[in-house]
Amino acid sequence: MMDGSKFDDGSIDAVSGEQSIRNFNINFGPQHPAAHGVLRLVLELDGEIVERCDPHIGLLHRGTEKLMESRTYLQNLPYFDRLDYVAPMNQEHAWCLVIEKLTGVEVPRRASLIRVLYSEIGRILSHLLNVTTQAMDVGALTPPLWGFEEREKLMIFYERACGARLHAAYFRPGGVHQDLSADLIDDIDAWCDSFPGVLDDIDGLLTENRIFKQRNADIGVVTEEEILDWGFSGVMVRGSGLAWDLRRAQPYECYNEFEFQIPVGKNGDCYDRYLVRMAEMRESLKIMKQAIEKLRAPEGQGEILARGKITPPKRSEMKTSMEALIHHFKLYTEGFHVPEGEVYCAVEAPKGEFGVYLVADGSNKPYRAKLRAPGFLHLQAMDHVARGHQLADVAAIIGTMDVVFGEIDR
Amino acid sequence: MSDALNELGQHLEARRSGCVIAWDVTHGELNVDVAPSSIAAFVEFLKTDQTCKFSSLVDITAVDYPARPKRFDVVYHFLSMYQNHRIRLRVSIREDEMVPSITSVHSSANWFEREVFDMFGILFSGHPDLRRILTDYGFRGYPLRKDFPTTGYTEVRYDEEKKRVVYEPVSLVQEYRQFDFMSPWEGAQYVLPGDEKQEAK
Repeated sequence: MMDGSKFDDGSIDAVSGEQSIRNFNINFGPQHPAAHGVLRLVLELDGEIVERCDPHIGLLHRGTEKLMESRTYLQNLPYFDRLDYVAPMNQEHAWCLVIEKLTGVEVPRRASLIRVLYSEIGRILSHLLNVTTQAMDVGALTPPLWGFEEREKLMIFYERACGARLHAAYFRPGGVHQDLSADLIDDIDAWCDSFPGVLDDIDGLLTENRIFKQRNADIGVVTEEEILDWGFSGVMVRGSGLAWDLRRAQPYECYNEFEFQIPVGKNGDCYDRYLVRMAEMRESLKIMKQAIEKLRAPEGQGEILARGKITPPKRSEMKTSMEALIHHFKLYTEGFHVPEGEVYCAVEAPKGEFGVYLVADGSNKPYRAKLRAPGFLHLQAMDHVARGHQLADVAAIIGTMDVVFGEIDR
Repeated sequence: MSDALNELGQHLEARRSGCVIAWDVTHGELNVDVAPSSIAAFVEFLKTDQTCKFSSLVDITAVDYPARPKRFDVVYHFLSMYQNHRIRLRVSIREDEMVPSITSVHSSANWFEREVFDMFGILFSGHPDLRRILTDYGFRGYPLRKDFPTTGYTEVRYDEEKKRVVYEPVSLVQEYRQFDFMSPWEGAQYVLPGDEKQEAK
């Protein structure tokens, strides 16, 4: 018979236990391209519906917090580049802020402006990567190719400022490592004029694209209650309509003198988070433009490092002054001492609130440093958000959560 | 900012005098020491009280002080997006003590408590799923304790004959370098070279 219930001779199959329907467990990752790194998800599927999702993390755990306890404050700085490696300088920023808070160092104005400029470059770097690769996860190939071209240009700005494309170690406690040259500022300015065109192109590819919308709209909806319960921050919050941005709510550096809008979404789904990221890149451009203007103004000239115990002396001074030479030697061997105390500082990193909790015991090494990564909390809610969605939506949700394993696994 | 935090500290002390052991505002941050047994109720209070409204959990971590009888400090950070302020709670516990889990109040505490368990070996009572999270499957020891060596105890390599990754006790070609750059003038913990003759006299 065609329905398989009976055979020609009238006999039927014996029903065994194996024929009854059971849920299916699959491993998603750690080598899956849509896992954005080394994520292993153990998914329990009922047909194509996700019943349970258990993320196994720690495959990129390097023990950063342990290593930091045996290194000086300055030696610890480069570890921050290796946390969220798509926007390295934003992490360094948090480390510098926490040291400056405990030591009470005032950052010179020019250094502060440069930090803002490069933090926003970092934000665009991260959002570009996220928006375009998330589009790739849901089936579009062109956006990452276009987006990475712009990232390349931004990384060259990184390189021209500090000599490294990724692991910058550019922000230092008390300021930034080196001054920007006038032509570098001009080039960044010129890039700011050309980038909106590229954004429009990506916009044209994705925003009204039917497939993109079908894959993202109404997927992974996050409500205000869930935001609070799961401790979300950054775009995960703003996508749901809460205008929460640390740059505005608890201003650090000199963000309070910049004009920018905080874009918010309406529905809190993957599509809104995409829109928020696109709008945020345009806002970052505005901040960069203002920062460039301020850097060119007479008030924006001058020192880029607060001169004192925690920063190196000028090269020229070292040629003539014995004390400067001793200071330089001691700074790069013993390092500077940070007074006893505990502080927490957070920055609005591209992915959300990146914070550092530092316990100092008055020596040249941190007694304990805890790095609070936004992605850790976002990924934690994966089970909650993905439950009841289709398997294919898991990739879209991971994409808009913007997880990077450097910071989650630490 | 500090005035508002002082007010908040007084408010907490007045409303929950049983839970708050001590509080202070340093570096513009509010610190509150809480008794371990009352942490869950206190967090619940912080979440619901209208002047506090500490609606989101930012972080849970621990600090190890091996010299103290109450060895660990479990540190909680909370943020209120509505009132725009932050708070830090500290709970001191002995090595053999357990801390009540706050997963029933904040779901996001789940992984943080797993991480603290993984790194420090602190147990959270009432946690639904207290597994290791960051370290390797089958890892032993608690890496962020001060008595755990930075090098660890085991290392892995791929064995060509067994065709799999094998674990071996860590062997260092060179001693792990812990440089002492501290200036001997600023309180060295050891006898300075040459000073040992001083003792002999």
